[in-house]
Amino acid sequence: MINELPPFAIFFIGALIIPFLRGYLKQAFLLLIPVVAFWNLVNLPEGIYWVVNFLDYKLIFGKVDRMSLVFAYIFTLISFIALLYSIKVKDDSQHVSGLLYGGSAVGAVFAGDFISLFIFWEIMAVTATFIIWASKTKASQNAGMRYLLVHIFGGLCLLIGIIMHVHQTGSIEFGYIGLDSTASYFILLGFGINAAFPILHAWLPDAYPEATFSGTVFLSAFTTKTAVYVLARSFPGTEILIWIGVAMTAFPIFYAVIENNLRRVLSYSLINQVGFMVVGVGIGTQLSLNGTVAHAFCHILYKALLFMSMGAVLHQTGKINATDLGGLYKTMPLTALFCCIGAASISAFPLFSGFVSKSMIVSASGQEGLTIIWFMLIFASAGVFHHSGIKIPYFAFFSHDSGIRTKEPPLNMLIAMGIAAFLCVFIGTFPGHLYNILPYPVDYVPYSGYHIIDQLQLLFFSALAFTLLMLSGNYPAEIRCTNIDFDWFYRKGASAFMWVLRHPLSTVGAKWNAVVFSAIPSFLVWIIKNPKAIGRIAFDSVLMLISTDDRKARLQERIKKELEVYPGDIIRHKPIGFTVLGATLILFAYMLIYYITEMR
Amino acid sequence: MERKYFFDDPKNVKWFLRSFYTSLILLIIIDLFIPKHPYFAYEGFPSFYATFGFVACVLLVLAAKFILRPIVKRREDYYDK
Repeated sequence: MINELPPFAIFFIGALIIPFLRGYLKQAFLLLIPVVAFWNLVNLPEGIYWVVNFLDYKLIFGKVDRMSLVFAYIFTLISFIALLYSIKVKDDSQHVSGLLYGGSAVGAVFAGDFISLFIFWEIMAVTATFIIWASKTKASQNAGMRYLLVHIFGGLCLLIGIIMHVHQTGSIEFGYIGLDSTASYFILLGFGINAAFPILHAWLPDAYPEATFSGTVFLSAFTTKTAVYVLARSFPGTEILIWIGVAMTAFPIFYAVIENNLRRVLSYSLINQVGFMVVGVGIGTQLSLNGTVAHAFCHILYKALLFMSMGAVLHQTGKINATDLGGLYKTMPLTALFCCIGAASISAFPLFSGFVSKSMIVSASGQEGLTIIWFMLIFASAGVFHHSGIKIPYFAFFSHDSGIRTKEPPLNMLIAMGIAAFLCVFIGTFPGHLYNILPYPVDYVPYSGYHIIDQLQLLFFSALAFTLLMLSGNYPAEIRCTNIDFDWFYRKGASAFMWVLRHPLSTVGAKWNAVVFSAIPSFLVWIIKNPKAIGRIAFDSVLMLISTDDRKARLQERIKKELEVYPGDIIRHKPIGFTVLGATLILFAYMLIYYITEMR
Repeated sequence: MERKYFFDDPKNVKWFLRSFYTSLILLIIIDLFIPKHPYFAYEGFPSFYATFGFVACVLLVLAAKFILRPIVKRREDYYDK
């Protein structure tokens, strides 16, 4: 027996009811929505459901298989955690957009056709924009607008690809595509913008740090991971994704080292982690795809945990820059502990969740003999530990004492962080539960002596590098600054474009207006007032050019006089019959020309 | 007088660093006795991961500090102007 409502509808209907509720009732209802949705998922057998006929097409709102289920589980779970974290927020619109955002992410992973996928894709873009705008700061307004523009561009690329694809294949079914046609390139570009492919990534570190303390928790979970899901569905084993992914793991860590805003550091490390997943999709073996899905699952939890701990810092102190923080472990010990658990998980310490998922992808690259890729992934693993694992907790909670004395965040935020932290440790310690729900059968043992020692060596000696650089004063000092990224091209580019519009182009435009619409017409009007007099003036002017100096003076005098009296008396001496004759002649001439041309 | 916290005492910091350094040495020693199943031959060298992790992170930080930062660093209000 299948539930009447598709999973996304539970979120959507819940979101519609929220504005009518107040106080504890609203809080209870908020938490109930993901619980009901999760219960619905648990009882959802694999298969194809909720098929709706639309024009000539069949829209499939429930293509349920193992892969879509894993993503739906984690999306629902993180919705619960994020809602609990933000439950005391007074602004209903944040909860409504959060629910619609999470609901459409769930809808997207169950979409069995391109049209419904595209609809959910666009709802996600719009609702995420509202979450960014909820900060109500100038910076968030601007960043949200840029976010929206970038995602509308991505959506249009996707739409172009979909239309071409449907035209070629005649089917709107969403499944394996493979990179072999123009349509597939457009689709990959559309997906790639949401997955924050290199060069297309700048929206992410631009917008995510501008959202509210709780908004970023929602943002960190859905958009990029939905993109990973659709990539895993439609482009598994596409070789270029290996290289794209490996670039994603590598370049953000350099930015993260020098970035001052700690939530922006986390945004860069988010790209780094999604890079691992994209590599997994590109390799395309069962092990690597399992690794991608498992890593997405774990990543959503620990990245949300890290964003929650930094959100708590922002909420309690109003500050998020490394230069302003430090020593908070003294007054926020629990938040510091949760942050460290998130940091250990993202760094893939044994017994924490990243260890059991990331190693699957790295091992898959080793198994396939991809030497360079393997080296880069190990490098990125060390790098992510360096900035997310050490830098985040160190600069926020330890480091030099900023003198800030605050207290722990409200209980609901602590519980939300506690749940996420518990799950990070639980999955890391008992990976079997996660492995059981992965798309393919798992034959992988993360805990072997050499693997643990290797990983510990990598992490501890990365930490040694940090310690020695710190103690010797060689670690780059935290500086208040803006680090330009690829968004420079459209942020400064748009300003440059506006400058060109405003200065050279509008000057030319104003001249053009003055000449074409003002000077020329008024000149013509002036001429037509008395064409005969104009003819005389023109004739005298020409005459003046070819006459002697003596006559010239006289002519000049005459022209001056003529201009003075212009237009003079415009007396129409001609009777009306003259005009009629003229018209008749023109008609006759026209008839003659017509007749001659027809004769040929 | 404000309360003293754990890392306010230099003794605790020293203790923390010492146990950290000790664990590094332990890891190198244990590494010698663990049977390995490397994907690539060099992966099996003694303390390959330790060397790699250390060198990679030093290079990462130095590259970020001396190459990337001079290229991308602007004033904090760079985009507001």
